[in-house]
Amino acid sequence: MNGRLTITVDGRRIEARAGQTILEACQDAGVYVPRLCAHPKLSVYGSCRVCTCLVGGRATAACVQPVQPGMVIENDSDRVLEIRRTIIEMLFVEGNHFCMVCEKSGDCELQALAYRFGITHPRFPYMFPERPIDAGHPELLLDHDRCVLCGRCVRASAELDGKSALGFAGRGLRRRIEADGPRGLAGTDATGDDTIAEVCPVGALLRKGTAYRTPYGRRRYDHEPIGGDIDAPCGEAQEDR
Amino acid sequence: MAVNPLIRHAVERACHACGRDPTRMLDIVRGVQQRLGHVPDEAVDLIARETGAPRPDVAGVVGFYAFFSNRPQGRIVIRLCGDVVDRMHGVERVAEALVEELGVPFGETTPDGLFTLLWTPCIGMSDQAPAALVNDVVVTRLSRDVARQMVGELREHEDPHRFVRTYGDGNNAHPAVRAMVENNVRRAGPVVLADLERGAALARALRMTPAEVIREIKTARLRGRGGAGFPTGMKWEFTRAAAGDRKVLICNADEGEPGTFKDRVILTEHPDLVLEGMTIGAWAIGAQEGILYLRGEYAYLEAFLEQVLEARRRDGLLGRSILGREGFDFDVRIQLGAGAYVCGEETALIASCEGKRGDAKARPPFPAQHGYLGRPTSVNNVETFCCAARIIERGAAWFAGFGTPESAGTKLFSVSGDCHVPGVYELPFGTTLGELLDLAGADEAAAVQVGGPSGRLVAAEGARERRLGYEDLATGGSVMVFGPQRDPLWIVERFLEFFVDESCGVCTPCRVGNVLMHDAVRRVRAGLAGESDLEQLRALATTVGMASRCGLGQSSPNPVLSAMDAFPDHWRRHLHARSEPGLLPTFDVQAALRPAEMLTGRRSEVFPPREEERR
Amino acid sequence: MAGKHTRPRVATCSLAGCFGCHMSLLDIDERIFELAELVEFARSPIVDKKRFDRRVDIGLIEGGCCNEENVATLREFRRHCEILVSIGDCATAGGVPALRNDIPLAECLAEAYVGGPTVHNPGGRIPDDPELPLLLDKVYPAHEVVRIDYFLPGCPPSAEALWQTLVALLEGRPLELPYELIKYD
Repeated sequence: MNGRLTITVDGRRIEARAGQTILEACQDAGVYVPRLCAHPKLSVYGSCRVCTCLVGGRATAACVQPVQPGMVIENDSDRVLEIRRTIIEMLFVEGNHFCMVCEKSGDCELQALAYRFGITHPRFPYMFPERPIDAGHPELLLDHDRCVLCGRCVRASAELDGKSALGFAGRGLRRRIEADGPRGLAGTDATGDDTIAEVCPVGALLRKGTAYRTPYGRRRYDHEPIGGDIDAPCGEAQEDR
Repeated sequence: MAVNPLIRHAVERACHACGRDPTRMLDIVRGVQQRLGHVPDEAVDLIARETGAPRPDVAGVVGFYAFFSNRPQGRIVIRLCGDVVDRMHGVERVAEALVEELGVPFGETTPDGLFTLLWTPCIGMSDQAPAALVNDVVVTRLSRDVARQMVGELREHEDPHRFVRTYGDGNNAHPAVRAMVENNVRRAGPVVLADLERGAALARALRMTPAEVIREIKTARLRGRGGAGFPTGMKWEFTRAAAGDRKVLICNADEGEPGTFKDRVILTEHPDLVLEGMTIGAWAIGAQEGILYLRGEYAYLEAFLEQVLEARRRDGLLGRSILGREGFDFDVRIQLGAGAYVCGEETALIASCEGKRGDAKARPPFPAQHGYLGRPTSVNNVETFCCAARIIERGAAWFAGFGTPESAGTKLFSVSGDCHVPGVYELPFGTTLGELLDLAGADEAAAVQVGGPSGRLVAAEGARERRLGYEDLATGGSVMVFGPQRDPLWIVERFLEFFVDESCGVCTPCRVGNVLMHDAVRRVRAGLAGESDLEQLRALATTVGMASRCGLGQSSPNPVLSAMDAFPDHWRRHLHARSEPGLLPTFDVQAALRPAEMLTGRRSEVFPPREEERR
Repeated sequence: MAGKHTRPRVATCSLAGCFGCHMSLLDIDERIFELAELVEFARSPIVDKKRFDRRVDIGLIEGGCCNEENVATLREFRRHCEILVSIGDCATAGGVPALRNDIPLAECLAEAYVGGPTVHNPGGRIPDDPELPLLLDKVYPAHEVVRIDYFLPGCPPSAEALWQTLVALLEGRPLELPYELIKYD
């Protein structure tokens, strides 16, 4: 699987390794593909669809699709950006994302994606669902209001921590992360040293006692857009009307 | 902690029956559900311990499938079919009667613990609607009176089987079935609904090499009958060529697309043809293991199908050394579903067979490379297997003589709705929609939903000359007819409601997008939308269709988009109907004020209710 | 936009908000003089004007709509303003007042006026004087009620963001704020 091959991303020819996903190949070539559920330490899941790109006109998840020789990929076109933007807006209206009172603000990947896309407000009505908070664990907090169902924590618990502290329950809009046991997180073997909070892209799974340690202005996305370490941002700060 | 002995016993029995195999989780949970009437947290703990499965996986299964519940349910669960066609046939009146008679609303259990009343999506009886499942027993052609009478009788003997006094035609009266279901076969064609000399096609296949069988299927241009139309020969070839010795063949009998009921008729009348096709497929791809995934709604056919399987094993048509061919071992087990439409999608179906939640999986890898338990797997529709068997029996040329160049062979159509002769029609592909409507006595068709909710809504006028087939109007079988009295937007709203309920929720566009589309259509119907909202809905629908992970979300926007194209005036006539001057048409200030008005007993003077809304 | 009248007119209001966005506007420090030169404040608490007497070029909306009065005020702004800008997270997303949105109204009122841990209300009466505007079932962002032309999120948006927005709109330039100025907190 070490063969090299060439793909085309937004008209640019890129060298890739056979077996890589589009997302990985782009990343190696300095092309950022936005993502939420994908995480370098975790298995591929392909649920958030934020990394959707067009391959031969067909939408595909860059974090799932392996590269193939001669593949022609649209990553930065209006059509692709519109799909991603719509998905990010969906995640905002689906949950209760009150950034002004969230300790993850400034370090939140969902928020950072919205910043990068210049989203000032979602075009869909907010749903304001009723969702519980599981604060019973001494070291961890699970606020379902902010969960985007990326499943990073579920995979991290199994793949990195060697446990099964979390799983999915329900389906459709009632789908949710569920701790292993009727007593919530406190009833599981998860500890503050587990990776589940660390991998959470939003403020849904937090380690207690760490809030607001980084002052405003020095947080991860205060100055540098998400993906800015991979490539230059698309630079459309506000295109809304 | 002391465990309730009843629960312990139920879990042990269920786990033991499945060899404590976590991949049989659906059967285990089903067993516990049947014994206890629900799957309490304690049982989840025990199942996890018995099978070694992570507890969240067990709880996830219980929470995913509509037929499982972690709240206590009655000894008799009545699931009334709330599908569009049932609603057209007065199911709401039946529902009222049931609520009155039982004294509990839908979703609840009677205080005596005898009945639970639930809605369920299409149970495959649209040609004999309104229908319900009473535990595993199908009750059709319900009326208000029949519903009342049924509840009365069940109170006395608690046995849904005893309520069924007359059996339907054909094998519906078979001792292992004994269902009141009617086949309603209106037109039997030469390919699927014709008699088969048992084993003849299989014997022919065994005289061919697997490669020759695949070539024959390809020459016949057989395409998947589930709706997507992928060439069957290619699917088999990919699976055959994939690395790995253990290959799996799955028959998708999770016929969940509302308005589709042809697989039910095939499985009732021609199960041997299906199994013959499966065995030929197993020969072609080199599979030893077969699974017939039967939707939970068709559980009443399970015992009958087990008998058919047993008979085939006895006659050397299944099992070891089939037809005496040394080394050709293949057997089929039935996997019963548990109420989840998304499991008709092949990756979700495979997950379900593995004992997991029916979450659609990310592709690639495709099932042909990495399917059931990681093995190369081919999933084909019930009708596809019938066609495959017939192709081997009669030859590719014979088969391809029916239909059109793009769509070879015949197709089963399940027609329901506003027509005089609902039922199953086997017709060659290329038949026009008008011809089918005439056969079904759909004299007053105004709109036709071709392909079920995931298909397209067309205006009958202007579509009569269109051809049923992959090249034009594709369908897995569902053809729902709507008379002029039906509002297309009502139909679309009902379909979206269905997708909202049935989305597995893994991917964002489908999980959220269907809710947003449903809300948008509801607003349009309520007069709470303007032109730009229609444009936004169209854009949203397009995005959901493109970006969703599996077929459910990729096709759920179809009714919206096709109804916008077919019935533009029906959408426009609602626009701004209830707009408040100066506010966005989507903002319903009256509804927003209602709770406060109720609490205070005051009426808003700033936004006085409109004339027609004054109570 | 200028031309017809001497200085462009700006109106502001705070609906279901905390006036923090208005405070942030005052944080432009000495540029407040420049602003006073640039614009004429029409209906705005800044100049204590409570009515529109003529058309206005730019309306700044702080806060979402939590009651019928907010809706009526917002409608009035939409009718009188050429350009309407949603300012702050409450206007663009509901903000802190919208934290009540997943709770039924009756429960909210009972918690606030009857059962809450810090409430002393022996009569158990929930205020419902006819003078009090009726509450909405939930708090709505401004753009779910009327058409909004521009959005400036933030809790509050920084003085710099407000200044740059106003200047761009006054000069008729497209609104393109740098990355650092669009923040939700």
